[in-house]
Amino acid sequence: MLLCFVAVKAQAVEMADEMRSSGKIYVVIGTIVIVFAGLAIYLFSIDRRLKKIEKEK
Amino acid sequence: MKFIYQTWWKVLAVVIIFYTLVAGFLLGVPRLPILHETIRNTYFHVPMWIAMFTVFTISVIYSIKYLQSGKEEHDLIAVEAANTGIFFFVLGLITGMLWAKYAWGEYWSNDPKQNSAAIAFLLYCAYLVLRNSIDEEQKRAKISAIYNIFAFPVMVVLIMVLPRLTDSLHPGNGGNPAFGKLDMDDRMRIVLYPAFIAWALMAVWIATIRYRIRLIEYKKNAIN
Repeated sequence: MLLCFVAVKAQAVEMADEMRSSGKIYVVIGTIVIVFAGLAIYLFSIDRRLKKIEKEK
Repeated sequence: MKFIYQTWWKVLAVVIIFYTLVAGFLLGVPRLPILHETIRNTYFHVPMWIAMFTVFTISVIYSIKYLQSGKEEHDLIAVEAANTGIFFFVLGLITGMLWAKYAWGEYWSNDPKQNSAAIAFLLYCAYLVLRNSIDEEQKRAKISAIYNIFAFPVMVVLIMVLPRLTDSLHPGNGGNPAFGKLDMDDRMRIVLYPAFIAWALMAVWIATIRYRIRLIEYKKNAIN
């Protein structure tokens, strides 16, 4: 009985459950992963170019 | 090959961040009023500060090393680590302010931790101003190294110690434990702690790139 009450109370806090069940959360994850992938590739390419310049010295 | 030129830890940082991006949005979090889904900000806001602490620590280590060795390279590492730290400092402040608007009602509510973080920010801005105000190279390196050694512990006390002694809106202050049972559980820890490591590595990576550019500039100026 008490456990049941706790469970109901926890469920009462509004979270983005619908976004999760509809799968739209994957759209958000996809977007930020693409953005971060782009930034990571960019950083790696800066690193590579820097290595080239360091070798010339 | 020296650590800063190796690739494996840069790949590691990127891979772990990808993990936190996916797991941070998919894994469950405690259902808390007021915070709701914004509790996930923890995965991104707090690591900015961890990243800042990491590069500021490196900065002060190399400031000490500079005073021992007098090598110009050590001073260059110290200044570029501090520059990167200030960048993550700004990110931490801005993300915190945005979150505060929705959790506490104001961008800036003069919370003790916010205020002391702002003071610590000025402390490090003063480091850069001090550097730029001295023309002579060795004098600049020496004075700013000493300043850095004093600024670092003051910054740690301002951000980590003083807010905990009074009431603060931040968790972990005024008696409630940071990352305690109330606001965090193990589902969050398996995302948060890897995020700490990854963003710390990320900050180190950016600092090393800045240092390597600075080193090339320095060598070029030394020849001419």
